[in-house]
Amino acid sequence: MPAHPDFIARFEAGLRGGDLPPGLTARDPAEVERRFAVYRNNQAVGLSQALALRFPVIRRLVGEDFFAALARAYAGVERPVSPVLAEWGAGFSEFLDRFPPLAAYPYMGDVARIEYARGRAFHAADAAPVDPAVFAMADPGRLRLGLHPSVTLLSLAHPAVSIWQRNQPGAGAKGALPAGPETALILRDTTFDVPVRALDVGEAALIGALLEGATLAGAAEQAQAALSDHNPQPLLVALLRAGAITHAEE
Amino acid sequence: MLPAAPGVGFKPDHFAAIRKDAAGIGFFEVHAENYMGAGGLPHAQLSALRADHPLSIHGVGLSIGGSAGLDAAHLTRLRQLCDRYEPDSFSEHLAWSSHGAEYLNDLLPLPYTEETLALICDHVDQVQAALGRRMLLENPATYLQFANSSIPETEFLTRIARRTGCGLLLDVNNVFVSCTNHRSDPRAWLAALPLDLVGEIHLGGHDAEDLPSGPLLIDSHGAAVADPVWTLYAEVVDRAGPLPTLVEWDNDLPDWPVLAAEAARAGAILAQERRHHARAS
Repeated sequence: MPAHPDFIARFEAGLRGGDLPPGLTARDPAEVERRFAVYRNNQAVGLSQALALRFPVIRRLVGEDFFAALARAYAGVERPVSPVLAEWGAGFSEFLDRFPPLAAYPYMGDVARIEYARGRAFHAADAAPVDPAVFAMADPGRLRLGLHPSVTLLSLAHPAVSIWQRNQPGAGAKGALPAGPETALILRDTTFDVPVRALDVGEAALIGALLEGATLAGAAEQAQAALSDHNPQPLLVALLRAGAITHAEE
Repeated sequence: MLPAAPGVGFKPDHFAAIRKDAAGIGFFEVHAENYMGAGGLPHAQLSALRADHPLSIHGVGLSIGGSAGLDAAHLTRLRQLCDRYEPDSFSEHLAWSSHGAEYLNDLLPLPYTEETLALICDHVDQVQAALGRRMLLENPATYLQFANSSIPETEFLTRIARRTGCGLLLDVNNVFVSCTNHRSDPRAWLAALPLDLVGEIHLGGHDAEDLPSGPLLIDSHGAAVADPVWTLYAEVVDRAGPLPTLVEWDNDLPDWPVLAAEAARAGAILAQERRHHARAS
């Protein structure tokens, strides 16, 4: 009868904190538990490091020790299922929303939503920017724009963009935090940077309409319906400069 | 084939410095799993490096020592990566890292038995068939042993290589770490390994803890290569001749000149061996 499947199952249960698997030895058998602890520790530290790479602002907000405990708790409910650890963490924001010790910090989940979306944008597929000259000739009533695969719009219940920005290296606090919800625009620019920008309701409507395939004129109308004095030009120029408009078709 | 020269594990933080000065670096090695996203900076950097340097792709997540079959989706991603970058070498570990669907994020040890030998040979065959190339299998750093292990580690590795045709990636630091941890002689370990099977050498740093019976060394990849490991390495090169030699440094990353100096130290040992060999012949 094959012994290896049982060995693997028992070793893994031991890593999770269960009994030591049978059959472990060392030159001094009294040390077996200390030695097995190296594997337990490697796993906990490795997962915490992987999560910290993905969620650096959460780590900064809660501190190193709390983050390590948080990573252990999260790994207990959502284990990585792929050796590509960049794919782990999809459920971290919802975990934070419901994590009782963080109940007094209800914005944590939204900050994590921004960080997870930034990771996805960082690894998103490549796409070449359009030539800005297409705008000179085009009929806005017929022009449809395609945005870079990294472009993500997030509606957040908390001012998480402002919190994220204030927790970037070198950023200082700038006055009072805005109250209420924010919409985040996340994209990867041509230098591979992944900036995060808060959009007003007009800008959010514009990007939302473009992502849904509206014409440029249609998207501008939706933006003006959301915010009467909205001018779409500054955001469109910013998208062009970032290389985030990758398709244009009449 | 990688050049018989010093290489380093590529870290994105070093990219700009490497593009200015990679003198003496014979190849770069990357962890396969860091390049499985769709696009962006990782692929831009790897494409640029690949254009100018020999490349080794080193997998850390295939779980060749696991009891279940290999993850077909992961094997496909590895094949796509190898097809895209055409590396000069592909290597993986004698270890397991998955249980069912769960990825455990560590290189875990296994008993060496006829059962695990057959299983691993089967897995290595599958990898080599899927990638259409010969792979190298790396010896592990271990902290424990198993009562039911019936085959010495060197014999286990040798039999896998002979049966599957794969080569071996000899991690000299892992040999030193494991032998110290198991209170055995690393020179005896190395003497038992047929070095003609070795296609690449790894060198890296380790940490140490104290146990009542003596030191427990941890394969941390977070420090300079230790002096006894350099000594063992020089002895291996003296026996086997120059081999592609990678310096790994994954944690507490130093600035590029520090890592390049570690590679240069390996390069000096390789150059000395070449001079010695030239005089002898």
